[in-house]
Amino acid sequence: MGLTARIRQTPLPGIGVRYDLETEAGQHLSVIVQEDGRRVLALRDPQDDDSCKDTIPLDSDEAARVAQLLARDPVAYLHQHLEIDLVTEHIEITGRSPYTGRTLGATQARTRTGASIVAVLRRTAAFPSPTPDFRFATGDTLVVVGTREGVDAVAELIAGG
Amino acid sequence: MQDTTSMLIELGSVIFALGLLGRLAGRVGFSPIPLYLLAGLAFGHGGILPLNASEEFIATGAEIGVILLLLLLGLEYSASELVTSLKTQYPSGAVDFVLNAVPGAIAALLLGWGPVAAVALAGVTWISSSGVIAKVMRDLRRLGNRETPVILGILVIEDLAMALYLPILTALLAGLSLAGGTLTLLISLGTVGAVLYLALRHGRLISRAVSSDNAEMLLLVVLGLTLLVAGVAEKLQVSAAVGAFLVGIALSGEVAEGASNLLTPLRDLFAAVFFVFFGLSTNPADIPPVLLPALALAAVTSLTKVGTGWYAARRAGIKPPGRWRAGGTLVARGEFSIVIAGLAVGTEPRIGPLATAYVLILVIVGPLTARFTEPFARILGSFLPARAPAPPPAEPAEPAAPAEPTEPDPAHAGG
Repeated sequence: MGLTARIRQTPLPGIGVRYDLETEAGQHLSVIVQEDGRRVLALRDPQDDDSCKDTIPLDSDEAARVAQLLARDPVAYLHQHLEIDLVTEHIEITGRSPYTGRTLGATQARTRTGASIVAVLRRTAAFPSPTPDFRFATGDTLVVVGTREGVDAVAELIAGG
Repeated sequence: MQDTTSMLIELGSVIFALGLLGRLAGRVGFSPIPLYLLAGLAFGHGGILPLNASEEFIATGAEIGVILLLLLLGLEYSASELVTSLKTQYPSGAVDFVLNAVPGAIAALLLGWGPVAAVALAGVTWISSSGVIAKVMRDLRRLGNRETPVILGILVIEDLAMALYLPILTALLAGLSLAGGTLTLLISLGTVGAVLYLALRHGRLISRAVSSDNAEMLLLVVLGLTLLVAGVAEKLQVSAAVGAFLVGIALSGEVAEGASNLLTPLRDLFAAVFFVFFGLSTNPADIPPVLLPALALAAVTSLTKVGTGWYAARRAGIKPPGRWRAGGTLVARGEFSIVIAGLAVGTEPRIGPLATAYVLILVIVGPLTARFTEPFARILGSFLPARAPAPPPAEPAEPAAPAEPTEPDPAHAGG
């Protein structure tokens, strides 16, 4: 990707990592990624460029939402050009799901809904493109891509509807 | 049977009281450490509500508290962070050591406590409280400031230095001979080096060996491993705390994150027990006589910490306001001063009351100096006739420093 913006990275031991961006317009923006997942946005004070005029702490959900707004959405891009209405959603496998402990193949998700399970996120790792013999565990998060209806159908299927 | 019942009642009331105190501290936005210490004073011999039945349990809990404090400290840092900080900031670390350890040592010698206590008190005045300082910087919204990495760098070096300092102190306290002491030091140096090397090169392997998807297993494995290593380290005279710290360093990434999530509540519980225990073993009647020395030591070492921060920030090319902020932020002493005093108190009981009073003063004054050093320096600067002292020359600004935190010191320590 042609990312030209220069972002400097400073470790903050025990707290997280700070990323500093000098914008084209000459302003300074810092994003502090805390180890607990929270994010802090900070703006430099023009009077004293060692300190911050304002900081905005965001919890992880808020930060994720803001990131979605800031990032160019690859699916929306597809939508514009290919005229299909694709959405991506995260669906968690709870303890009550009938598929906890069963394989991806057993859900027959793609055949039944047209939507695809493109990745599985587990606490320890992420599994891109899981094969049909991939076995789900409670707490897994499925990344599902498909039409709105298809993704909703997968969510229902996984929840045990 | 009788004993178990009264132990449960005592322990329950102590922990419940700590919970209420902690909530109170949270309301006011302060560190709960001073309140825990005060609670310990109240529950101890010569206090208002002396305990009997649960002392042994609290003593063991306190030991576990120290181990968990250092384990979580180690988990916070990765080996590469330690090495980077050490590489870029060692001069500041050295200045920090000289400026802040020496006053403690001199104070102990002036009080006629002898060389071993001098080493212990040097540690008490040297180490800033990473816990209090990180919280203060979040509260004051200074995480984005340019002086923040400098402050954290100093804290990292101090924490790493603990891994060398604690074994030396343990050896001295145990009254080891020169040969025995040197051997202990070599063992601990070797271990620290080996752990740093392993963690840098093979951190993933170690972490994978310990890793588990199951929270229960992860908790048991990490806690068990830590206590085991701490115990072995203690056997080798290297100090249990250092063993725990090294386990924390060796674990990284996902495992470190998972383990610190699981262990943080345990740490909070046992660390609170530790502070209470330290208060317990101090007789409140011993505090008034040491109050003046403690105040004097607090005043001097506040100034020296401000000087340390000022120097470190200047090295990083930060302008005067940021230098003052860095200095003021570093003043707080807390958990590790108490850990050091706790180790020494068996050999030199007089260090207990002094360290208690000292930490009580600085854990309260620290957040205030963090907030007010810079505005105060600015006001002071505007009163000075020529504005020569403020900008480029380094030394002329120093005279402004002494006048500065002395003001907040007595005012707030009293009230």
